[in-house]
Amino acid sequence: MPDFTFTINGQQRTVNVPDTSTPLLWVLRDTLGMVGTKFGCGIAQCGACTVHVDGQPTRSCSYPVSAAAGRDITTIEGLAQNGQLTAVQQAWIDHDVPQCGYCQAGQIMAATALLNANPNPSDADIDAAMTNLCRCGTYTRIRAAIHAVATAQGGKRA
Amino acid sequence: MSKPTPNSSRLADPMLDGLISEAETIISRTPATSLTRRSFLKLTGVAGGGLALAISLSPQGFAQSGTNGGLAQLNAFVRIAPDGKIYIYAVNPELGQGVKTTLPMIVAEELDARWDDVVVEQAPIDPVYGSQSAGNSRSVYSTWDPLRQAGAAARALLVAAAAQRWNVSPASLRTENSRVIKADGQSLSYGELVVAAASMEVPAEIELKDRSEYRLLGRRVGGVDNLALVTGQPLFGIDQRLPGMLYASYVRCPQFGGVARSANLDEILQMPGIADAFILEERGNATHLRSGVAIVGYSTWSVIRARRELQVDWDTSNASRLSWSESQAQAKRLAVQQGQEVVVEKGAVDAAFASARATAEGLYTYPYLSHAPLEPQNCTAWYRDGHMEIWAPTQRPNTGEVETVTGIPAASVTLHQTRVGGGFGRRQNNGYVCEAAAIAQRVNAPVKLTWTREEDMQNDYYRPGGFHAMKGAVDAQGRLSAWQDHFITFNFQGRSVNGGTLPASEFPALNLDNVRVTSTALDMGTPCLWWRAPGANGFAWVIQSFLHELAVAAGRDHREFLLEVMGERRWLDPGNANSLNTGRAIDLINLATEKAGWGESLPEGHALGLAFHFCHLGHAAHVVEVSVDANRKVSVHKVVVAADVGPIVNLSGAENQVHGCVIDALSTLAGLEITFENGVAQQSNFHNYQLLRMASAPPVIEAHFIQSDFPPTGLGEMAFPPMIPAVCNAIYAATGHRIRTLPLSREGFTV
Repeated sequence: MPDFTFTINGQQRTVNVPDTSTPLLWVLRDTLGMVGTKFGCGIAQCGACTVHVDGQPTRSCSYPVSAAAGRDITTIEGLAQNGQLTAVQQAWIDHDVPQCGYCQAGQIMAATALLNANPNPSDADIDAAMTNLCRCGTYTRIRAAIHAVATAQGGKRA
Repeated sequence: MSKPTPNSSRLADPMLDGLISEAETIISRTPATSLTRRSFLKLTGVAGGGLALAISLSPQGFAQSGTNGGLAQLNAFVRIAPDGKIYIYAVNPELGQGVKTTLPMIVAEELDARWDDVVVEQAPIDPVYGSQSAGNSRSVYSTWDPLRQAGAAARALLVAAAAQRWNVSPASLRTENSRVIKADGQSLSYGELVVAAASMEVPAEIELKDRSEYRLLGRRVGGVDNLALVTGQPLFGIDQRLPGMLYASYVRCPQFGGVARSANLDEILQMPGIADAFILEERGNATHLRSGVAIVGYSTWSVIRARRELQVDWDTSNASRLSWSESQAQAKRLAVQQGQEVVVEKGAVDAAFASARATAEGLYTYPYLSHAPLEPQNCTAWYRDGHMEIWAPTQRPNTGEVETVTGIPAASVTLHQTRVGGGFGRRQNNGYVCEAAAIAQRVNAPVKLTWTREEDMQNDYYRPGGFHAMKGAVDAQGRLSAWQDHFITFNFQGRSVNGGTLPASEFPALNLDNVRVTSTALDMGTPCLWWRAPGANGFAWVIQSFLHELAVAAGRDHREFLLEVMGERRWLDPGNANSLNTGRAIDLINLATEKAGWGESLPEGHALGLAFHFCHLGHAAHVVEVSVDANRKVSVHKVVVAADVGPIVNLSGAENQVHGCVIDALSTLAGLEITFENGVAQQSNFHNYQLLRMASAPPVIEAHFIQSDFPPTGLGEMAFPPMIPAVCNAIYAATGHRIRTLPLSREGFTV
């Protein structure tokens, strides 16, 4: 049975996954027990499963584990360091963004990737990068939270 | 046997079990007649527990007669521990409507607790709590008085204890930030007082604060689970994990009522990672457990892969044949006549049409909708030693249905409430809970059932589509003089469907002299279910659009015309919270139009649309500013909402609900529809059921609240209905095109 080795949230992990087509999402959730990354649609439409692969926002429901081998993966559980929230996580709390909260791990991963690549995004940049679905309709606060992080950091990279 | 602890369950207060059993004992030993009408009981037996109250959310308090006595009315607990922590137990499911934060705030306000001292815990599902469901926007309305009284009673006990300690009168003391404060500035913390307070007598009269005295209510308070959410902690049903847990998929017929005759189970069992596969028969009724095929395996992915290879021979002889195109054709034929049932007939409708200066008529059509909460239906169940333990993201915890389906007595079923990744009415049905229980009964291990998105969309219980053949008249003075609506709706197996009945009191029937409302129900075999603002989510669009049509026919300003229909300021049925109050409506219409700049000049190409609706005890008026380009692309520039739901409890939550309603309604208007052919939903996932994304969300949503002492109600539904007609009225104002079929994509528009 094939083993795959990659780095998750700074730690090297080797997993044994019999089916090489298994999406990274289910390896995270079922094999590794990291359930912060969510299942929403299974076809890369909703973005609830967004993680970073080598820094790029990636929909893990449609990303096979075989492609993840040797790469650096960050999930929602890996953002805060020693209990210290990132600026994006803190902005989500300050703006009381969540309603049901189910999509927010994916939204935070997408927003983090956006701000890492573009520390001072315009509304159009946000529209283009933030394609994750929120069924509760928290888009107004998500946009405000992203702008607040950009302003607080003076347009510098997070 | 010790109960397992799921990894999502944050440590519950170890005192809770003791509190429950003491309350049970007090109630069972006290004759129902001698229990007061009070909404709380002081508990004393929790050694070292501090001051604890059990709270009943029933209007009768604990003095409820009948077999259950007050027991079934016990709904909540508050406990102040000697270390100063204040535990408040949330008994209702949190689905995103904010109750887990809002309801404890009500207790904390009257208690004068420092919000940082409050620890909110999800209470277990227990018959002792009575109903623990969430729905109909009633959580705040139904708990407002008892929660305030419990908070005030606990405060009174703490004050009494301090008064005794200092040997002063209770009236000379005040409370703030979890402290009792003496006139000279000395103070004691609640933690220091709880032991003495627990032995005090509850005063006969409990005084509640005036709204002007609120320190916490009306402020913006963040959700109590926010930290756990932004760090990805396991809170949801789908996050449950148990040792040795297996994973299941359950395949139902795409036509409701289809029965599995046979399947290629041998082939499925040969697939990698599969532990078991079997057919389950319908039990209870099909809305409990539908016939289908269970596949059980060692990971979610292995069962998802296997289900793709599953071939089932379905007996569809009694299955739904619902066809949306056929329903539309039937409705067109029926639209020219009156309905079979008379809902309202008053005044001289035909005479008013005969003498009208102008009339308008048209057939309004809205489609079926799926709930599509982002967390797919799922449930984890573990059956062992005759006991069924269940973790469910449900809106309506219910162990009786599990008993019906499994034969396991409800008393041997333990149900854990998890956070819920969106409800919108969908999780009023517990089919997925029954399925998980039935599968667990066959499997010698804990098992998590997860629906795929395709199953969620194609095996939903839908918002019913509907048709309204509208006709109206204005008289020589330009006043609305006749209103006629033939509502063509659906029955499921001869009975009206949830959200498919037009009440006789629906606006504007009670405001007008000449009204004829009739209805005809088409029978179909696909069941429906409550969907955010049931009924209102379709009716408001029709009614408020058609009122605008008549204002246009009369050559009148829409705002002025709508205010004229409201008429005198009055509560149509005084004291009845379900009844329209035209005074509140008029104030909101005035506020929303004023804030939106109604009648003032707008940027080139921009236009405003207005709508009002009353439902779920809440009044709301929306004004929307749009522009429409040559390709019929609609841009929503600004949405102004004016709402009156009585006092605002959590301003942040209230604003969030308004934003959510506005965006959900725009999403629904823009492109959402479930069409059926031969009973099968033609949409299956978010690629062809396209929820609105960030880029199309309105850049500005203003929420204005008129606060009052009317009973409070929730905002999660009432702020939805006016949005769709307000946008359609704005599109008309901008283009002269009247939207009579939803979604907008059906008329060539996009958002």
